[in-house]
Amino acid sequence: MIRIEQLTKQYGETIALNVPEMDIPKGQIFGLVGNNGAGKTTLFSLLLDLIQATEGTVTIDDIPVHSSEDWKKKTAAFLDDSFLIGYLTPEEYFYFIGELRGVSKEEVDELLTGYTDFFNDEILNKNKYIRDLSKGNQKKVGVVATFIGEPELLILDEPFANLDPTTQIRLKELLSEKAKDANKTVLISSHDIQHVTEVCERITVLEKGEIVKDLKTTSKTLKELETFFTK
Amino acid sequence: MLYFIGIFTFLGVGSFYVIDEDMGVDPLIFINKYMVYGTSFWVVWRYFIQKMPVLNVKALLSLPVKENTIVHYALGRTIFSFFNISNAFFFVPFSIVLVNNGYPIAQVLSWHLAIIAIVFCTNYINILINDRNDVFYAVASVLILFAGLQYYDVFDITQHMGPVFDSFYNNPIYTLIPWLILILLYRSTFTHFTHRMYLDSGLQEVKKEAQNIQLGWLNRFGRTAIFVKNDIKLILRNKRSKMTIWVSIGFLFYGLLFFTDSSGGLYNAPVWKIFAGIFVTGGFLFTFGQYVPSWDSSYYPLMMSQNIVYREYLNAKWAMITIATLVSTALGSFYIIFGWDVYAAILTGAIYNIGVNGHLVLLSGAFIKSPIDLTSTTKPFGDKQAFNAKTLLLSLPKLFLPMILYFIGSLFGGEWVGYMTVAFTGLLGFFLKNKVFNWIETLYKVEKYKTLEAYKQNS
Repeated sequence: MIRIEQLTKQYGETIALNVPEMDIPKGQIFGLVGNNGAGKTTLFSLLLDLIQATEGTVTIDDIPVHSSEDWKKKTAAFLDDSFLIGYLTPEEYFYFIGELRGVSKEEVDELLTGYTDFFNDEILNKNKYIRDLSKGNQKKVGVVATFIGEPELLILDEPFANLDPTTQIRLKELLSEKAKDANKTVLISSHDIQHVTEVCERITVLEKGEIVKDLKTTSKTLKELETFFTK
Repeated sequence: MLYFIGIFTFLGVGSFYVIDEDMGVDPLIFINKYMVYGTSFWVVWRYFIQKMPVLNVKALLSLPVKENTIVHYALGRTIFSFFNISNAFFFVPFSIVLVNNGYPIAQVLSWHLAIIAIVFCTNYINILINDRNDVFYAVASVLILFAGLQYYDVFDITQHMGPVFDSFYNNPIYTLIPWLILILLYRSTFTHFTHRMYLDSGLQEVKKEAQNIQLGWLNRFGRTAIFVKNDIKLILRNKRSKMTIWVSIGFLFYGLLFFTDSSGGLYNAPVWKIFAGIFVTGGFLFTFGQYVPSWDSSYYPLMMSQNIVYREYLNAKWAMITIATLVSTALGSFYIIFGWDVYAAILTGAIYNIGVNGHLVLLSGAFIKSPIDLTSTTKPFGDKQAFNAKTLLLSLPKLFLPMILYFIGSLFGGEWVGYMTVAFTGLLGFFLKNKVFNWIETLYKVEKYKTLEAYKQNS
């Protein structure tokens, strides 16, 4: 699904990211962990062509993200609140995303009924603008919006942050459910190694812009990650 | 910012001589006459633009500082706001020029002190009425009403208010009045806030109920409609963008200045008619179009990663500008009372705006790197980045190119050939839209990363 070759991002002298090679096959639930400044968001931004790589290429389904816009049809992302439109209500925002992805209002409504539990009655029919929602509720809106139109590739930056415990658990269930679909590739980053090990089948550790670990998740993974981060 | 300081200082020094020599009236009396409008306009302007100081005090609340001190601090700090200081750049040089020209220093000083008090009064009035739309609209409508009454010679408020300002000059005792009002205003602002120094009352940002806007009827216009619907909501739901509508309406009437005698015949040359035509129909183009894509700056990463191709996005913005220009043209049909040639100038302006200027604003948009924060209004006169050399260069042809075209055309066969030349250029631009858009699209793509980065820095 995603192929990275000789990818580097430099800001002046500092190397923010350096990934010589990486493949993320279709259907994988991929987790990215690392401390602040390790390059997680940089990597995601490069995948979405939001920043320009110093060198190297990213392709999504063999489409180079830098030179074509065709990958946008199959990709949905939620990195931060700059993916939300503050002056819309959550419903309007969902319909807007729906329209962009060719999903009708009725279909969006139907999809949203599936997330009633996840929303916990705090999102829909509240007559509030997204900018007036709490951080956690904004995150719920942003994450669910990426599900609209069944994109093949989901990229979520820190989806668990700011969520209350109940919602974190529900989100884990949701993501695990997505994992069953062999056509869906999901990339998440997190500071919470426990969540990641529970959800992801593969976990990559970034440190100072480099991939220092690339693990297939087993029962030992959590322990291994804990040891790594306590050093 | 420096630019405005320069302009104010220049005006402060220059206005005395202009009013004195060119208009032959006493500059002080003239300024006093229009002070009532000046003050009201200043209140309205500040309402739209100035950011409230109170939201910054949250950090102090939990520290061992007395509540009264915090309020005094927050209110006191507004004294140094650009909106107060900038006035000094006009009034100080103006007063100095007055003294230099033989006005008694004591009286000028007394007048000057009164003006200072009034400027600070607008400061605290603005703080008090902030987020009180009802009060604000009342003030604004009264202002427009009086302006209208004066224009049609029904009632001239300046006749009655001018002497009030004169009295500050004539008798220093009266200068105490604005200062007393200022003290009262400060007191009431102070009590207003000391009662609300809690996170859940005065310091809470007002959350408004979402307004329901039904725009389903636009759906027939396909994918363009998706963005147009969003832009309409953007304009109606944010203070900063709502201003574009008011300014557009202002532009619509700007032509009156050219076509009536109120300008003293300064603009009688026919080439100015084209200039007016561009302005009358282009209000929205200049106020909204000029800032594309900055309106979407707070969620630009979303727009860049969603299933959107640049072409659609640009087309939608172009559609917004075109629709607004057509609406302005329709509303501007009242200019027909000034004669067919005036109306022809307006139609020509509209065609040129749609055909050429519409492209030009989008083109300059590729280089606009200053984000617009929709929720707050921090920057008093727009960002200086919005005035960078590239955009400045691109804004010149919007106004002067049609004038030059008209001039060239009119050499060959008078007024009507002049109009035809401008209109024809507009039509040409319209038919070349696809070609031009290809180019604009490439520019946006090249500038994409810089734009994203610039937008990120402020959010």
